[in-house]
Amino acid sequence: MASKTVTANVSQSDASSPVTVTRSPAYRAYLRTLKRRAYAIQAWQIGLLVALLILWEVAPRAGWINPMLTSYPSAVARTFMTMLKDGSLLMHTWVTFGETVIGFVGGMLLGIFCAIALWWSPFIHRVLDPFIVVVNAMPKIAFVPIFFIWLGDVASIYAMAIAVSLFVTIIMLYTGFSAVDPDKIKLVRLFGASRRQVLSKVVLPASVPTLISTLKVNVGLALVGVVVGEFQAAKAGLGYLITYGSQIFQMNLVMTAITVLAAISSVLFIGIQALEAFVLRGSGR
Amino acid sequence: MIAQAMTTGPVVALRNVVLHYFSPERETLALSNISLEVTRGEFVAIVGSSGCGKSTLLSLVSGLMQPSHGDIYLEGCKVSAPSPRTGYMFQKDTLLEWRTVLDNVLIGAELLGLDMRAARARAEDLLRRYGLGEFIHSLPHQLSGGMRQRAALARTLCPDPDLLLLDEPFSALDYQTRLALSDEIAAILRNEHKTIILVTHDIGEAISMADRVIVMSRRPGRIKAEHRISYQSAGLQRPTPFEARKCPEFAIYFETIWNELDLHEMQ
Repeated sequence: MASKTVTANVSQSDASSPVTVTRSPAYRAYLRTLKRRAYAIQAWQIGLLVALLILWEVAPRAGWINPMLTSYPSAVARTFMTMLKDGSLLMHTWVTFGETVIGFVGGMLLGIFCAIALWWSPFIHRVLDPFIVVVNAMPKIAFVPIFFIWLGDVASIYAMAIAVSLFVTIIMLYTGFSAVDPDKIKLVRLFGASRRQVLSKVVLPASVPTLISTLKVNVGLALVGVVVGEFQAAKAGLGYLITYGSQIFQMNLVMTAITVLAAISSVLFIGIQALEAFVLRGSGR
Repeated sequence: MIAQAMTTGPVVALRNVVLHYFSPERETLALSNISLEVTRGEFVAIVGSSGCGKSTLLSLVSGLMQPSHGDIYLEGCKVSAPSPRTGYMFQKDTLLEWRTVLDNVLIGAELLGLDMRAARARAEDLLRRYGLGEFIHSLPHQLSGGMRQRAALARTLCPDPDLLLLDEPFSALDYQTRLALSDEIAAILRNEHKTIILVTHDIGEAISMADRVIVMSRRPGRIKAEHRISYQSAGLQRPTPFEARKCPEFAIYFETIWNELDLHEMQ
């Protein structure tokens, strides 16, 4: 299973400071250097992407590699446009997107609930800990055929998306809950807080950054679960397109589906980042 | 008159308090037979080397922990749970970083179910008096260490406790801030006529601030000695902690307590 690791991306600058000082020439030069460097990095990123696309276009056409195996960008683009026009691409994308969002939200909610239960009762945590660790280490993809048999073609896809992300969520959140400063818990207990209040006033708000890192990891994992589920079960969706395209040796179709998957994961990830910026805005965390 | 006489007993009384700690490896006797009384308005400091159980003693008085034997009384009632009449200050400021300064100060009122409008007015008043008026709606990370600890003091005092438990509240600050802040806080607390128990390993802090210093032995913690602190050389008025450090008595108290702590025998 290709678990997608996600690097935290904090790129907001602190340029909002209200202090206006006259800038020395040396400082202006420093700012110019910074800007130039940022442009250079962007130029390289775009250049690299373009170079890869050109190589991909040229290599099959020049006969360096078999176009049957790789297809090439212009052919993929044609397929993409055709499928866009007849509406089939949108339909498949929508199916996968919907399944991913539902699986993702379901996995998160269930994971939050389980993590709270484990935090609430250290005894339950002690009992279940080894099971959670083992299940988490298991390749959930091995369950795809079983889920299909048990749950049928639709539910097995959601189940896969949830199964892939649930245990990571539980482990990450529980670890976050346990890492909350004990003095902060002591503080509210000294004001007579009940366990429910310790949870709502301290543990949950303190774990918001953990929750967001978990979201970031889970977006990718839910997508993995959905696509794998679709490989086995679906009659629609991008995972279905990939299997179908490879069975009839239509690499255009496979590549188109993969491109759209990349777009979906980017959109979801950007959404989470916007959420992060909104939630942690100004709190200095 | 009689009723008044009855309530002028000790604010806090510990009677033969013993505490055992259990861990899978061993049983530890943390506190051994501690008896202690603190009268209204008194500022008592407890000094001891680290691990002598002095912070544990505060946890017991706060009601978060129960002693293995013996009893603890607050205003004549046995302590069995945290009381709103007790305020607690930590080594770290423990401000909740997602709440504004004002909301941090109000958390006590919120949890204790006090009248929020009155609490809010008091919180704003306290913050203004402690020089945090401009920062009421700031988040803690925008404040300096000294300001954060003053916000923590406002949080402790907002529900108007009678008894204050200070658990090394200055030790996380740098030296200059610590001296300045201990002057400030000593003045605030004396003005508010609070009863105070300060726990510290800093002898200078204890004798410069407190009326009475209690020296604890190493584990198992016992009361080893007790000193009433007065600065006759400074006249009738109690000197500020900073001035007290310059009085000739300071050096004498310091030396006596230093010897009682046996710090040189450690390690």
